[in-house]
Amino acid sequence: MNSETVRSPMIKPKHQRLVLVMLALAALVGAGLLAAWALSRQASYFYIPSEIAAHAPEQGRAIRLGGMVQKGSIKTMPDGITIHFTVTDGKAQVPVRFSGITPDLFVEGSGVVAEGRMEGATFVADNLLAKHDEKYVPREMKDMVSARSKQGMAQTK
Amino acid sequence: MSDNTEKPRNRLALWLPLAIFGGLFALFVHGLMRPADNNVPSTFVGNPLPQFDLPAAAADRPGLATSAFRTGKPRLLNVFASWCVPCAAEAPQLAALAQAGVDVEGVAIHDRPEDLARFLANNGNPYAAIGRDDKRVVQIAIGSSGVPETYVIDGQGVIRYQHIGDIRADDVPMLLGKLKEAASKGAGS
Amino acid sequence: MIAELGLAVLWMAAALAALQLVAGALALRPEGGQLGGLVRPVAVMQGVLVLIAFAALVWLFVTTDLSVKLVVENSHSAKPLIFKIAGTWGNHEGSMLLWVTIMAVAGAFVAVIERRLDERTLIATLGGQAFISLGFYAFLLFASNPFARLAQPAEEGQGLNPLLQDIGLAFHPPTLYVGYVGLSIAFSFAIGALITRNVGPAFARAMRPWVLGAWIFLTLGITAGSYWAYYTLGWGGWWFWDPVENASLMPWLAATALLHSVSVLQSRDALRAWTVMLGVLAFSMSMVGTFLVRSGILTSVHAFAVDPQRGAFILALLAIDIGGALALFTLRVSTVTEGARFSLLSREASLVFNNVMLCGILGIVLIGTLYPLMTEAYGVKVSVGPPYFNPVSAIFAFPMLVVMAIGPLLRWRRDRLTGDRAARVTWPLAVCAALALAVFVGVETLAHHITLLPALGLALASGLFPASFLPLVGRNLRRTPLPVWGMVVAHAGIAVSLFGMASESAFSVERLAALTIGESRDVGPWQVRLDGMMPVAGPNWTALQASVSTRYAGAAPTVLHPMAETFTNPPGTRNESALQTRWNGQLYVVLGEQAQDGRWQMRFWWKPFVPLIWAGGAMVGLGGLLALLGRVMSDLRRLIAKDKIAYRRTRQGR
Repeated sequence: MNSETVRSPMIKPKHQRLVLVMLALAALVGAGLLAAWALSRQASYFYIPSEIAAHAPEQGRAIRLGGMVQKGSIKTMPDGITIHFTVTDGKAQVPVRFSGITPDLFVEGSGVVAEGRMEGATFVADNLLAKHDEKYVPREMKDMVSARSKQGMAQTK
Repeated sequence: MSDNTEKPRNRLALWLPLAIFGGLFALFVHGLMRPADNNVPSTFVGNPLPQFDLPAAAADRPGLATSAFRTGKPRLLNVFASWCVPCAAEAPQLAALAQAGVDVEGVAIHDRPEDLARFLANNGNPYAAIGRDDKRVVQIAIGSSGVPETYVIDGQGVIRYQHIGDIRADDVPMLLGKLKEAASKGAGS
Repeated sequence: MIAELGLAVLWMAAALAALQLVAGALALRPEGGQLGGLVRPVAVMQGVLVLIAFAALVWLFVTTDLSVKLVVENSHSAKPLIFKIAGTWGNHEGSMLLWVTIMAVAGAFVAVIERRLDERTLIATLGGQAFISLGFYAFLLFASNPFARLAQPAEEGQGLNPLLQDIGLAFHPPTLYVGYVGLSIAFSFAIGALITRNVGPAFARAMRPWVLGAWIFLTLGITAGSYWAYYTLGWGGWWFWDPVENASLMPWLAATALLHSVSVLQSRDALRAWTVMLGVLAFSMSMVGTFLVRSGILTSVHAFAVDPQRGAFILALLAIDIGGALALFTLRVSTVTEGARFSLLSREASLVFNNVMLCGILGIVLIGTLYPLMTEAYGVKVSVGPPYFNPVSAIFAFPMLVVMAIGPLLRWRRDRLTGDRAARVTWPLAVCAALALAVFVGVETLAHHITLLPALGLALASGLFPASFLPLVGRNLRRTPLPVWGMVVAHAGIAVSLFGMASESAFSVERLAALTIGESRDVGPWQVRLDGMMPVAGPNWTALQASVSTRYAGAAPTVLHPMAETFTNPPGTRNESALQTRWNGQLYVVLGEQAQDGRWQMRFWWKPFVPLIWAGGAMVGLGGLLALLGRVMSDLRRLIAKDKIAYRRTRQGR
C-alpha cells in the first residue's frame, strides 16, 4: 500500500473531471438504488380491518391500521396502562393491544389510526393516533391530526 | 473544455440535475392535484341515526332530537362550532343550500351560547334547529372526527352520506344530488 | 392605519426589487453601464422598507388589532406578550413576510459590505436576488396579504394552536428562516458567477461568509427545533424524521457540502462547477422544503393552515427559480474552465468524498420524504419512519465521519502516509482507530442487547472525538487561526452529538406505570414516587400538575412537576413533560390521564447522555461562529491596514 501511494501519480489531467463526475454519479445512483430497495422493505403500509381479514400482512412488519374503535370494546388490564380494544370498519374487526398513554380524545366510537404490527391475530400498537381536530379539519387543514402522526413515527423505532 | 472525445458524455451528465428536477416537479404537481386523503370515513353511513335529544344551543332555535329526522324528507345535519374557522368559511354555502329549500340541522360542538350567538349573527343562521353538544356525544355517536362535517340523512333517519371538511362552492350541487338520491332511497326503504 | 402603511411600504419595496432587477440586467450590457451605480442603493432601500413593513405587522400583533384578519385568526388579547409577537410568524402570511424580510435585509447587507468581488458579478448577484424576491413579493401581495382587514372588526381573536404556544416557537422558526433564506444569497452568488462566467477564488471568498452564516443559523435552528420537539411534545424522542424536520435537514446537508467545497475553491481553485451546483442545490432544498410544508401534500406537526392554491404558487416559484438556475447551469457550466487538479490522497479528495457522501444522505432523506407521495400516485398509503432513515443514512454517514477524522490532517494537492508524515498522520489516527475498536469490542461483549447501529455510533464517536483535535497537534495554539479552531470545535461537536444519539438509542430505559399517590417505581438508576396532584391555572390554560419526587441512586430527592394542560382559546390539550438533567443524562417524566380506578398513568424515561446531542449541535454552531469571526476579523484588519496606508499616502502627499 505504501509504495503505491508514493508512486501514485496525479490522475491524468484530461480525465480528472470526468472521473470526479462519474464517481459522484455512481455514489448518487447508488444512494437512489439503496433508498428504493430499503423503502420497499421498510415503509409501513396503511390497512383497514377488512383488508387485514382478506389478506393478512406479514407478521411483525410495521403497518398502520385505521378504523373506528368498536363500542364497548375498550378494556383496561390490571396494570393500568395496557388496554385491549377492537378496531372495525363495519365489515371486519381486528383486536388491538396497546400499552401507553392514550391520546386525549381516544374513546369508543371515535376514529383511530394505530401504528404497530400483527402478532398472531392481534394487532400490537406502539402508538395510537386519535382523529380529532379542533380548529383545523382534515384535507386542507389537518395539523392536529398530524401532530399525532409525528408521535407515531417517534415510536416505531 | 479539455478534450473533444469526452465532451458528449459530460454534456449528458450535465442535463441530469435538470432532469431530476423535472421528475420532482411532475411529482409535486401530481401531489397537489390529488391531495392526500387521510380522513377516517364514518362507518355509520347506511345506518340509522343513534337516539339523541340535545338541548337548544341558540335562543331563537329549538334543540335537536332524532325524531326530527323521521319526517319523510331528507335533511342535512351539519356538525360545526363557533371556534372553527372553516365553519365560518362554509356558511355562505350552507345559506345557499337553505335558500334552495334544504332543511339544515345543526349540532354545535363544545361551544358557549354567547360565542355561538355572535357566530350566527356574523355568518348567518341557516339552521332549522341547533342542538348543543358540549361533550361530543352525538359527534362521536355518528362517527364524526372533526368539525365541520355534514351528513345527508334520508327521510327515515338513515345516514346516507358524510362530507368531511368545509363545504366549498362546488360541493353544493353534489350535496343537492345526494339529497335527491336520499329522497328516492328513503321512500323506497 | 398601521396595516395600510405596512401594505403600502411592502408595495414600494416590491417596486424597488423590480427596479433592482431591471437596473442589474441592463447594467450587465455594455450600453447600460451607468445603471450599475443604482443597484446597490436600491438594494439597501428595499431592505429598509421591508423591515418597516415587518415592524408594522409585529405592531399589529402586539396591540391585537382585531380589524386585521391575520391577527383575528392567529392571536388573542389574553395571550402573553411574547406569544403575541411570536404569533406574527406562527402563520402562513406572517412567515412569508418574515421570509421576504430576511431576504431583502440580507441583500441589503451584501450591497453594503461586499467590496472585493468584481462589480459585474456583484451586480448580477443582486439582480438574481431581486428576481427571487420578486416572486415572493408577488406571492405575498396577491395570494397571502398579511395586512388584509376584516369588513367588520372581530370582538376577540381565535388564538394559536396550543402546541405552538411555547417559548421555542418564539425563536425557532425565525432562526431556521435566516438559515433557509441566507442560502438564497449563496444561490444568487452562484447565479451571478454563472452569468458573468467568473467562478474562482474571489467568488468563493465572497460567498463563503454567507454560506457560513446561513449554515450556523440552520445548525442552531435544527438543534433548537430538535430540543423543542423533545421537551414539548412529550413523546421522549428527539428526531422524528418528520417532513418538516427533513425539510430543515436537507438544506443543512447541502449547505454543509457547500461550505466545504467553497473552502476548496477559495484556497485551491478547484471544484468550480461542483461548488456552483451546490450553491444552487442548497437554496433549492430550502424552497422544496418550504413547498412541502406549505402545500400540505405531506402532513407534519408544524404544517401551517395550507391550501392547494398557495402550494401551486410556491410550486410555480420553485419551477421558475430552480428550473431557471439549473438550466443556466447546464448551459453555462461547460464554459466554466476546469479548476486545479489534485491527487487521490489529498485534502481536496477527502472533501470531495465527504461532499459526495453528504449528497448521498441528502438523496436518501429526499427520497424517503417523498416516497409516500410517490406511492400515493398509485393509491397506496405508506409512512416512512426511523426503520428506513436510520440505517440507510448511516451507510453513508459512517464512512463520511471516518474520512472527516482523516481529511483535516492531509495536505492540499497531494499527500503521502510514509516517512515523516507517518508520525504526523498515520500513527495518531491509528491510535484513535484502536480506541474506537476497543469501545466497539467492549460494547459488544458487555452489552449484548445493543444493536449494531448504536454500538458503531458509540465506537465511532469515541474515535472521532480525539481525532478531531489532531489538527491542533504541533501548532502554536495562540497563533492558530480562528477558522482552524472553528473546524476543530465543529468536528468535535459532531462526535459529541453522535455519542449522545448512540447512547440515547442504546441505553434508554422506559417505564410506563399507573401509579396511585404515594406509590414508587424504579426507572434505571432512579427511584420515582408520585407525591401528589394539584390543579394550576395560567393566563389562558388550566392544568393538572403532578409532584414527582425523584432520587438518583440514593442521592437526595428532587421534585419534578409534569403537567397536563388544557387550553381554552382555542380548546386543546398539551402534555408538558418535566426533565431532570444530570451530567450523565436526563430523566424525562410525562403525565397521562387518570384511569377509571383512580390511578394516574405516567411515563418515565432515563436517557443516559442525551443532552450531548444538543450540546454537540451547539458546538457545531460555535465552530461555525469561530470560523466566521476569524473571517470578519481578518477583513477588519485588512480594512484598517488599507486605511493606514491611505492615511500615510495622504500625509506623504502633503
